This record gives sequence, structure tokens and C-alpha cells, in this order.
Amino acid sequence: MKNKFELLFITLGLLSLLGGLFFGVVASLQFVFPDFLQSIPFYKTRPLHVSLVVAWIFLASIGGIYYYIPSQFGIKLYSKTMSVLHFIVFLITGIVIIIAYLMGKFGGREYWEFPPILAIPIIISWLLFGWNYFKTAFKITSEWPVYMWMWATGILFFLFTFSEAYVWMLPKIKENVIKEIAMQWKAYGALVGSWNMLVYGTAIFLMEKIKNDKSIGKSKIAFLAYFLGLTNLMFGWAHHIYNVPTAQWIRYVAYIISMTELILLAKIIYNWKKSVQESLKDFHVLPFKFLVASDVWIFLNLTLALMLSVPIINVYTHGTHITVAHAMGSTIGINTMILLASCLFLIDNYIQSKYSKIELKLIKIGYYAFNISLLIFWSSLIIAGIIKGVGIVKNGKGFQEVMNDIQPVMSVFSISGILLFLSLLMILLPPLKKSIRFLFNK
Amino acid sequence: MPINIKRSIFFTLLIIFLIYTVFVFNAEPINKVGYLSQKAQQGKLIFQKYNCISCHQIYGLGGYMGPDLTNVISTQGKGVEYAKAFIVSGTQKMPNFHIPNDEIEMLLSYLTDISKSGISPIIKFDVNVDGSIQIKD
Repeated sequence: MKNKFELLFITLGLLSLLGGLFFGVVASLQFVFPDFLQSIPFYKTRPLHVSLVVAWIFLASIGGIYYYIPSQFGIKLYSKTMSVLHFIVFLITGIVIIIAYLMGKFGGREYWEFPPILAIPIIISWLLFGWNYFKTAFKITSEWPVYMWMWATGILFFLFTFSEAYVWMLPKIKENVIKEIAMQWKAYGALVGSWNMLVYGTAIFLMEKIKNDKSIGKSKIAFLAYFLGLTNLMFGWAHHIYNVPTAQWIRYVAYIISMTELILLAKIIYNWKKSVQESLKDFHVLPFKFLVASDVWIFLNLTLALMLSVPIINVYTHGTHITVAHAMGSTIGINTMILLASCLFLIDNYIQSKYSKIELKLIKIGYYAFNISLLIFWSSLIIAGIIKGVGIVKNGKGFQEVMNDIQPVMSVFSISGILLFLSLLMILLPPLKKSIRFLFNK
Repeated sequence: MPINIKRSIFFTLLIIFLIYTVFVFNAEPINKVGYLSQKAQQGKLIFQKYNCISCHQIYGLGGYMGPDLTNVISTQGKGVEYAKAFIVSGTQKMPNFHIPNDEIEMLLSYLTDISKSGISPIIKFDVNVDGSIQIKD
């Protein structure tokens, strides 16, 4: 297994995605039918859903990075043993977190609800990853393409912001709830930015490989996009806390910065798609399809993100399902599409066996079903958010009244969530079967 | 783009970011609101222990299964006893966590201090020309 550790990351990532979506479906059904599956109530299914999806993003990105750098630059990874150790620490910590959630043992802040002590092995796993990455990357004699910068930034900023997410334990911060919320969301905004760096770096790498054009990752526009993304990662978080009475300047900085995100990346992908030759497209048809889908979702989420960042719109949308639509659109529509493209590409390269015609058809049908159900899912969240925002802010309705108003829309949301899960199964079963067989048979 | 320019941009942004982080860390809230008593600080840990944020929100941040609790204590018609009744008995959607009395008191202390810090959701506001808003009491 030591020589297949990249595939272990990818396979575990795909399983995490399935698990994450499963708990997402359960949580959405509990939203509509509170009595559903009472043995694992909503306050447990929500963190299970979030943590498994976040684990998917990390595992798929990390597996890709471990595999792509040596193959692209013709160098050896600094330490395979360290990568295996990284995988083991990740796996054991993940299992302990899942058990903690199932047993109702919490103690952390939102999104990292596990007992804070478990942050230590997470930090250790990222230090192992970072050490291995930089020791390998510094062997590259040519100039780094942009994705190497992005992956390096993702690792460094994860370590910084994940540590920052625990400043709530410091006396100076925990004594004031406003400061604490501000620091928490500063850290979270940059954390999302850090994993976006890993994912978008993967997208640019794949574009290069599919088009067989090494100039993409060294182009001026790619670096401008990177620096713009980095600026957003650092300063564009405060639209999450417009209604919190923090210092006014914090909000203004975020308002200005967040008007810019994703524009250049969308342009790069758009330009790239136009110029790819038909023959090359066909050669990697599945990864290509998923990258195109991510392009569409970037445009949809860009529009939504820009709107949410305008304070007068934010006052209506904040604390509503529109925020969830943005998170889901970004996590599933953009990140998952890019990472699925990467996983399919990597598995195809790793295991030189073709899918059967039935499997290919299954993936293709799943692909369309996944995108259509995601669109319904995303739209229903936006509609629920508009009803809630207008109901509370404009019409002064109470919480329960608004919840009754959105109930029909949330039913559509739940049904589309189930379809989303089923279509994902169609996409994932063939590559999962292929990779699990390869891992255990040889 | 030459490597020196890339490095310069990166390190300039990094330095600005670190300075910015120090400023945010030290920034006082408007009117210096939001300070928690010792009991309220313990209450916040209880809030985390039972993962209340998965369903409830503080300043609109959190889960959407239950209501925003920022002003549950200060809202007319609600208050400490109202909140306590929900914590003690639960509802169809909210489980009864069988929280010990001392922890309930800490939780209520936390919710009381939060309710003094600001308003959520924001219903009364003026709109500035740049699209920002001015919150009214």
C-alpha cells in the first residue's frame, strides 16, 4: 500500500464525499421532518455532513498534489513514509472525530465542533504535508508554475488560519463575544480561501495537462488571478459579519475586496475551454466535462457572492438559506466538480484500465442528473432565503411564521438533495470500484 | 511575470496581512460592547459543549433549524424564563439535553450578556449612498 498512498487519499476522499452527502440528505430530511432518524439528531448530522465534505476537499486535493508533482516535474517525492504517516494521522483523527460526533462529544466552535484537543493531530498532519511538499517543491529547478504557488499558499495559510480559529481560547478574545466572532470569521474566511487555493491550483494543473500546454500555469493572467485570490483570502472575509458591531473599517475593507473574487479565474477557464482542440477534449472527456460544469457554477456563485457582499442586500440575506446556497454552490458546484475531474483523471492515469460502456454511460447520466439536481437544490435554498429575509426584515414576521412559509420549498430542497446523492452514486461507483479493486488486488 | 516581482507582491501582501491581523485582533467593537462576565464565559463553553450553534444562530451565524438567540433575553415577551423553559423541556424540534441547573444558569448568563451587545436580525436601518447601512436602535 505504501506505493499507492496517493490513491488511498483519493479513495478515502471519494468515500468521505459519499458519507458527507448521505448525512447531508439525512439532515435535510430532519429539517422537514424533525422526528426522522432520532438516534442521530440534527445537531449530530450537521457536523458529520460538514466535516466529511471538508475531509473530501482535503483528501482529494492532497492525493492529487502528491501524485501530480513527481509525475509533472520528473522528481521523487521527498518522503513516501511521511505521506503514509500523513494519511494514517488523517484517517485516525477523522475516525475519532466521527465517533466523537456520534457520541455527542463536542466542545469546539461551529465547523470544528469536535473537542479542541483533536486540533493537535490535525496540525501535525498538515505539518507533515507541508514539510514533504516544500522539500519536494524546492527540488524543482525550473520556475514554479502558478499551481505550485497556489498549493504552497494553501498549505501555509491552512496552518496559520486553522491555528487562528482557536484564538477563542485566549483570555483577551474569549472575554468579548464581538471580538471572538470577528476573529472566528476572519479565520474561517481565510480557511476557505486556503482550501480554494488547493482546489483552484488543481484546476489549473488539469487544464495544462488536458490541453497539453505548459504556458497556462505560467501566464500573466494566471498569476494575476492567484494574487487576486490571495488578497481575497486575506481580507475578504468580513461580509460574514456585517451585522456584528465590530469596528466599521473592518467591514469597509471587506466590502471593497470582496467585489473582485473569482472574476479572473472564470476568465481563465472560459478562455481555456474555447481553445481546447476537439481531439484533446475527447481524450480526457470525463475530466473535461466536470471542469466545464465548474465553470458554469463559478459564474452562478460569483453573481451570488457579489450580491451578498453588498451590505444593503446582505442585511436581507444574512442568516438565511441564501448563505447556505452560496456555501453549497461553492463546495459542490465548484470545488467538487474540479476535484471529481481531478480524481477521474488521476484514477485513469494510475490504473490503466478502461471503464466499460455501461460504466461510462452511468457516469455520464450521473453527471447530468447531478448538475440538474444541484441547480434545483441551489435555487430552492435561494427561494427559501428570499422568503425568510423579506419575511423577517421587511414584514417583521417571527421565526416560526417564516419557517412555516418556507416549508414547501424546503421539501423541494430535500427531494433534490436525495437526487443529488443518487446521481453522485452513479458518478462515483465506477471509479470507486476501480480504485478499491486496484488497492486490494495487487 | 519575473520571479522577483512575484516574490515582491507575495511578501508585500503577507506583511500587510500580518499587520492587518494585529489590528483586527486589537480592534475594539463599536461602543466597546460585548464583554462577557466570568459566568457568561463559562456559559459560552456550555453552548459549545451541547453544539447549540448547529441549530441556533448568534448574529445570524450558525444553523437554521432554530431561531437566532442574540436577543432572546432582551426581546419583549421573551426573556430569561422564556429561554429557560425551552432549555429545560425541549420542543418537537429541540431535544431535551437534560442540562444540569448550574450549566443552565451559565447558559442564560451568556445569552443575557450577548443580548446587550447588539441587534440581530437587523430590521431598522438607513441606507448610505455606497450601499452600506446605518443600523438604528
